[in-house]
Amino acid sequence: MATQTEDYLGITDYKVVGTRPIRHDGVDKVTGRAIYGTDLNLPDMLFAKVLRSPHAHARILSIDTSKAEALPGVKGVVTSADLVQSAEDEMADLGEEIVRIKDMCAAVLAHEKVLFQGYPVAAVAASNIHIAEEALDLIDVVYEVLPHVLDVREAMKDGAPLVHEDQKTKSLGEQTDKISNISSHFRTELGDVKQGFEEADFIVEREFNTEMVHQGYIEPQNATVHWNADGVITVWCSNQGAFGVRDQVSKILAVPVSKIKVVPLEIGGGFGGKIKAYLEPIAAVLSKKTGHPVKMIMTRTEVLQATGPTSGSWIRVKMGATKDGKLVAAECELVYESGAFAGSPVGAGARNMLVPYNIANAVVDGYDVTVNKPSTSAYRAPGTTNAVFAAEVVVDELAELLGLDPIEFRLMNSAKEGTRRADGPLNKRIGHVECLEAVRDSEHYKSKLEGKHVGRGVASGFWGNGGGVSSASASVNADGTINLVEGSADIGGTRTSVAMQMAEVLGIPVEDIRPQVGDTDSVGYTGVTGGSRTTFATGWAAYKCAQDIKEQMSARASIMWEISEDDVEFDQAVFRSKSDPSKSITFKEMAGKLDSTGGPVMGRATVKPSGAGGAFAIVLVDVDVDPETGKVDILRASIFQDVGTAIYPPYVEGQMQGGVAQGIGWALNEEYVYDEKGVLRNSSLLDYRMPTCLDLPMIETHMIEVPNPGHPYGVRGVGEVPICPPPAAVANAIYRAVGVRINDLPMSPGRVLKSMWAKNGKNGSA
Amino acid sequence: MPQVFIPSLMRKLTNNQEMVEVDGSTLREVINNMETQFPGFKARVLYEDTRLAPGLAAAIDGVVTEEGLRTQVSPNCEIHFVTQIAGG
Repeated sequence: MATQTEDYLGITDYKVVGTRPIRHDGVDKVTGRAIYGTDLNLPDMLFAKVLRSPHAHARILSIDTSKAEALPGVKGVVTSADLVQSAEDEMADLGEEIVRIKDMCAAVLAHEKVLFQGYPVAAVAASNIHIAEEALDLIDVVYEVLPHVLDVREAMKDGAPLVHEDQKTKSLGEQTDKISNISSHFRTELGDVKQGFEEADFIVEREFNTEMVHQGYIEPQNATVHWNADGVITVWCSNQGAFGVRDQVSKILAVPVSKIKVVPLEIGGGFGGKIKAYLEPIAAVLSKKTGHPVKMIMTRTEVLQATGPTSGSWIRVKMGATKDGKLVAAECELVYESGAFAGSPVGAGARNMLVPYNIANAVVDGYDVTVNKPSTSAYRAPGTTNAVFAAEVVVDELAELLGLDPIEFRLMNSAKEGTRRADGPLNKRIGHVECLEAVRDSEHYKSKLEGKHVGRGVASGFWGNGGGVSSASASVNADGTINLVEGSADIGGTRTSVAMQMAEVLGIPVEDIRPQVGDTDSVGYTGVTGGSRTTFATGWAAYKCAQDIKEQMSARASIMWEISEDDVEFDQAVFRSKSDPSKSITFKEMAGKLDSTGGPVMGRATVKPSGAGGAFAIVLVDVDVDPETGKVDILRASIFQDVGTAIYPPYVEGQMQGGVAQGIGWALNEEYVYDEKGVLRNSSLLDYRMPTCLDLPMIETHMIEVPNPGHPYGVRGVGEVPICPPPAAVANAIYRAVGVRINDLPMSPGRVLKSMWAKNGKNGSA
Repeated sequence: MPQVFIPSLMRKLTNNQEMVEVDGSTLREVINNMETQFPGFKARVLYEDTRLAPGLAAAIDGVVTEEGLRTQVSPNCEIHFVTQIAGG
């Protein structure tokens, strides 16, 4: 147990935290009553579809919508001309990020050019979806097809087709004059890398390639918008942040945020891919044009072609160790594709990839590169899975060269509290050593693996987690129950993990709290459900909101007893007079006295906490490789994760399992496949191969609770880090199974087979 | 005094010094004092003089601050300018 800090309370006897109550949204979810975007129907509603570019890169010479507008049933057609065009470099401060408005608008509907196949060009609203689809074929777009570039390293070369003719490279805030697809370059540097490599007895340097992959949420993007005659816009949508949608719609349509209400519906997965507003602005302008509510739902093909997958990348990692097993130097180069607009997660990959280790000398260069693919979005631990894959394969190779057990090697070099990270800052209390020790001592690690082509691999990963803005308000009812309204879209079951923190403060059962996710008119500003921040920050808001309720109700007890407020204490859901033990009343009873002591009590809180503690995960996998086909079967998978204090353990375990499942998909099968014309060839889930339950064993979870010193209850984000280690763990396992190191993702059957042939020849055996 | 660690691509502004000690009780004061000693520093780390530049974050004693330029800094703290991370 960590010691108490300014924020962390050091509680050891939780009443609610750490228990496993039935989740508040469980019944609605399992009975199908929960309302998702596709369930929403409004009177006089129209349906809209988007016309998308068939070309990877083209200039739009003209758009003729007259035939589409003449089709019976069509009520309105929009193009970028219907959006407000902003000044060249006007920026919008969206609170959590600053964006160029011109880019935001251009991403919604093409202005001058299309930048990838599937780029939105125009949209039609009609009385039914079939007419809308038919009308798309009647829109005549004349394109001038331009050369395109898909490969991230080709895009960096002088003379490569330019995705943006005016994009100049920025180097840590310094604007250069070089026109390039490289939008930015940065470097982190620690110690003396040259000297470090001179000290090394063993050096491994490898290059890695990863492909663009998608989050693969089950529910496609959808939005229904009504632009009322009074100028108020109401948006119902599936998004990770209602306030973020409000901000984006406001900037794109130049409408004040006070006139936009975003109602978050249930969300069928997001993983970072549901932060940008793709459909909402289009549905809004169609609604304004037609006077009707407009509903839009993407097909799976549209989701894959035109939402925000994560970056493919090229990565070079060089690491050195002394013969006694000390890591002394690392040199890394990360080149990430950002798709059509700048903004890949290369910075996160660069910062996180070496955090598990104490390395005195390290340099990491990162490049953000635009290519003619969809503009990338966040995806669970953005940018970090790619980088961890590269780093952890090299660490594994070094351990082998040194003749050391891979866990022992990691333990010898593990980061601890006070270790300086490669990106500069010193670590706070972290749990990497505890996780490694748990792996080393586990039955899985000690178990014997039998079979001819089987192997076991391990890898570590780190994700920094986020803080951000969160709000909560709550009304105390006369029967002692509470209606809690919070602003975080509930993706991983956060209603319950947030409510549990309120219940813990008040000493009441979590079943007495009814948590709801409010719309943007009903709750204070709250950032997106992302960055593994919700149980940390929104939970903290609920904690503070509960403190507010506690103080107000203590004051009411003092009124009732006609004593000073200082004379009232609260413990275990009971208010007591300190000076007169005969005066005590339970929280429930006091709730029934509110009317006679001044009226209802409402609590409220907004927070923007720093101190989100980073988290580590270590994944251990056993694989069986078929030498005839190259197919890799996952025999067993375990994850050991530093979860801080597990507020609601079932959700923590679920996040750990979900992250590993996605990471295994990334490792073995998932990739965007483009043809020579820049057309995505696998834009369905038949061809974009995600793992199913038939491909995976039950993933064993081991929660290592090292409380975060930066949160009252020690919460660490848990949602993202589990996706980071699986690709490297699988690669290391494949090596031990068949003796080949594969440095490119995915490690699909064909790639595994080719690697084995390259080593052994086509007739050789592993 | 607070210790400001200089990102390597900005060290030409500080005559290749990796770390500089500079006065200040808030992040804003520290940056203003850095500007006095090393002209051009402010333009590299701030956006319109009002907030940290897009894509940049400041870590004070190992914790990325959410309080921006008004963050209180202690006399012996470490300040690092790092790339901002957005989660998924």
